[in-house]
Amino acid sequence: MSNPFVSQTPRMTIRNLDLFYGTFQALKQVNLLVQINRITALIGPSGCGKSTLLRCLNRMNDLIPGVRVTGDVLLDSQSIYGSDMDVCRLRKRVGMVFQRPNPFPLSVRDNVAFGLRVAGITRKNQLQEVVERSLRAAWLWEQLKDRLDSPALSLPMDQQQRLCVARLLAVEPEVILMDEPCSALDPISTGKIEDLMLELREQYTIVIVTHNMQQAARISDLSGCMLLGDMIEFGPTGNIFTNPADKRTQDYISGRYG
Amino acid sequence: MQNSPNIPVQPNCPDRRRTQNAVVIWCRDKLARYIFLAVAFSATASLLLIALFILKEGVPFIIKVGLKSFLLSSEWNPAAEKFGIYPMIIASLWVTLGAMLIGAPLGVAGAIFLTQFVPRSIMRIIKPMIELLAGIPSVVYGFMGVMVLAPFIRNYLGGPGLSLLAGSIILGVMVLPTVISISTDAINAVPKTYLEGALALGATRWQSVHMVILKAARSGIIASIILAMGRAVGETMAVIMVAGNAVRIPHSALDPVRTLTANIALEMGYATGLHRQALFATGVVLFVVVMILNSLAIAAMKRKTGN
Ligand SMILES: Nc1ncnc2c1ncn2[C@@H]1O[C@H](COP(=O)(O)OP(=O)(O)OP(=O)(O)O)[C@@H](O)[C@H]1O
Ligand SMILES: [Mg+2]
Repeated sequence: MSNPFVSQTPRMTIRNLDLFYGTFQALKQVNLLVQINRITALIGPSGCGKSTLLRCLNRMNDLIPGVRVTGDVLLDSQSIYGSDMDVCRLRKRVGMVFQRPNPFPLSVRDNVAFGLRVAGITRKNQLQEVVERSLRAAWLWEQLKDRLDSPALSLPMDQQQRLCVARLLAVEPEVILMDEPCSALDPISTGKIEDLMLELREQYTIVIVTHNMQQAARISDLSGCMLLGDMIEFGPTGNIFTNPADKRTQDYISGRYG
Repeated sequence: MQNSPNIPVQPNCPDRRRTQNAVVIWCRDKLARYIFLAVAFSATASLLLIALFILKEGVPFIIKVGLKSFLLSSEWNPAAEKFGIYPMIIASLWVTLGAMLIGAPLGVAGAIFLTQFVPRSIMRIIKPMIELLAGIPSVVYGFMGVMVLAPFIRNYLGGPGLSLLAGSIILGVMVLPTVISISTDAINAVPKTYLEGALALGATRWQSVHMVILKAARSGIIASIILAMGRAVGETMAVIMVAGNAVRIPHSALDPVRTLTANIALEMGYATGLHRQALFATGVVLFVVVMILNSLAIAAMKRKTGN
């Protein structure tokens, strides 16, 4: 198998990562390279640790009491678990879109401007500029430009999810993590988000967790298949789906696990 | 009895005992229903009767004296049949406002601290203790005010000590459990996904709290403050003990004041005739104020569930 990584320095490197929820080991010696301007998909049966791995990449697991992490995660060759890493700064560089759309109970405009306000930017026209640019990038501007002050929670689900993407783009992250971003959406809205991701790939690095094999096959460049906390196989999506090296990967893809 | 249409008799169960049991259970069910109905009804009814009684005693007086002179005249001299409650209205307003200025920020800050910056396990111990504070008799708060607070004010700020300021502080402390408890519940009811979303955008904990969580919990917090206002307006014993009870319009926070509730409690014991009616009319005014505050609180809470 040819190495797809030689020409690029990875944006994120995950090295021998172990994660424990109390005494339960949810990740076992996981290794992974996240390539710049690529979509990396994480697949695997329910409970295998995909979300856990994803949440390690922006340290969202810090919120859960009793979590212990060993091994290392590098962002542009800087350790994110190092003592000199500012977690807020990290989360601005590595943003996250959640499974259920979670816009804040604020107006559309305030949702998108949130990240800037957090950074202390209050100038009206600068905010307005970023709001427009971000909504355009998430393909929401045409629909929402006249409703910037209506509550975000009144939008339909798929617009809420794209608003969450817009909210993220406003802080100009380098990496976008998405945990089953389409699982609450119907097929048409799912299609829109997938197209959006393909466009965002030009500028961002994306890691997506998905249960949907077709989705992984359609949009991702690289895939990692996990099972019970192990990364059992990782490589170009084409290889994983047509010619998996590991028997268990094949079993999962052909639907023999849940 | 066995043919009673209300009893489900299973056709494939000819056992007589089974049917008798069904009758007993059915009767018990009905009985329990009526008992609960009666209890619920009598609670509502007694509330209604109290309201009617106060209105019956108070409203004729207001009609006779005239609402305007009753509410807006400053002279309260029952012996001379002068019944103006304006100073007491002003006193009640100031004391309540002062109590809110102290109780609301402290209470909301306490709720934020408890929900955001204290481990769950400790909060589960502290919150019931704070709620227990609501059960301390108000005379105890008043006692503390007389023994500690009033001398402190007299010595360090001047005036007689027993004052508008003392009343406000004591009431501010007394409403803390209400504000903290209801605000805590409102903040805890905010979905965790909001906090996660804010933190994932690089917000600090404090930014997430004041930019998102407090906004989401706003109506519940407002309701807690309005309910606390209701308590402060209606509180009597502690205020009598610490506020000084002079019937006059206060010119500074160090002046002694008499609130509407204090006036009723102090004079009801010996009032007769027109004087007695005037006190009932004062009760009507209080009743209306508290009703308005409670309706506002309910409306605020409804708005939350409405969205
Ligand atoms: N907060 C937690 N405390 C303890 N165990 C947890 C916690 N979160 C997840 N786990 C456990 O860790 C394992 C991996 O969970 P994770 O949510 O990462 O799986 P997943 O692959 O994302 O599953 P799904 O596809 O259902 O989302 C599971 O066995 C789960 O029970
Ligand atoms: Mg998951």
